[in-house]
Amino acid sequence: MLSELDKKIVREVQGDLPLDPRPYKVIAQRLGIEEDFLIDKINEFLEKGYIRRMGAALRHRKIGLKANPMIVWQVPKDKIDEVGTKLSSLSQVTHCYHRKELPKLNYNVYSMIHAETREDCYELAKEMSKMIGIEKYNLLFSEKELKKTSMKYFMED
Amino acid sequence: MDSIDKKLLVMIQDKFPISQRPYMEIGEKLSISENEVIERIKVMKESGLIRRMGGVFDSRKLGYKSTLCAMEVSEEKLPEVIEIVNSYIGVTHNYIRRHEYNLWFTLITPSKEHLDKVVNEITEKTGIKVNNLPAERLFKIKVNFHIPGEGEKENA
Repeated sequence: MLSELDKKIVREVQGDLPLDPRPYKVIAQRLGIEEDFLIDKINEFLEKGYIRRMGAALRHRKIGLKANPMIVWQVPKDKIDEVGTKLSSLSQVTHCYHRKELPKLNYNVYSMIHAETREDCYELAKEMSKMIGIEKYNLLFSEKELKKTSMKYFMED
Repeated sequence: MDSIDKKLLVMIQDKFPISQRPYMEIGEKLSISENEVIERIKVMKESGLIRRMGGVFDSRKLGYKSTLCAMEVSEEKLPEVIEIVNSYIGVTHNYIRRHEYNLWFTLITPSKEHLDKVVNEITEKTGIKVNNLPAERLFKIKVNFHIPGEGEKENA
């Protein structure tokens, strides 16, 4: 369980790190704690997995990764784990999940890839298909980004 | 974006130092000054390349529930539906995709009850079914990107 102080730290660290030579000191001062205590806490959060990583969130479209399809796969039930694990081993796959099928979308493994062009994506999908031995798949390209933000935790109260 | 910016992006995406002088540490590795690191990051933030610098949290570890939702929305209803969906703080990503299910968004909430409540609310407000697709199993989440033109593929 996170303590009230832990939650306060999450609220600050999920924001924007100050562009000050001592960014953690600036945050620590806001929280009324010592800089080194905050640094230890952030390291603790990383070890516990509360924080997946510290650093920059990029706009992938701006760095040239303009093609962002969700590739969905129709996988027999007994092969889902194997396929999910294989797809996850690829560095181009950023997200991979098993989800239920929908009436008009009969696929059960969802993977996200990011590439520079659509052609690259079709190529990669072909390679992925060969690797996992699944032939039924579909690429749902994002046509428009309507919202992209970082989640703000512990802001309800 | 020059070659130093690209190297800088690779470094600050993943292993941003957690120490008293993080920008100085980065500068030492790139043979540039602390001040130049700060200035370069500032420029990349202003141009929109960097959306945010900070901690990326694991929603499940913090006790939150997340899901992916898909909706089939007609062209004329899209603006209204987008406004309703985007108004929720827990909707962090929302995309139009080319499919009958054309609106896809992610939703993060403090509890399962809260999640169901938001899904039901969106259905009621829009009159359109929200297909809720929580992960049956999570295989991978990776949130740093390969920078085109900088080295080979990033480490998984």
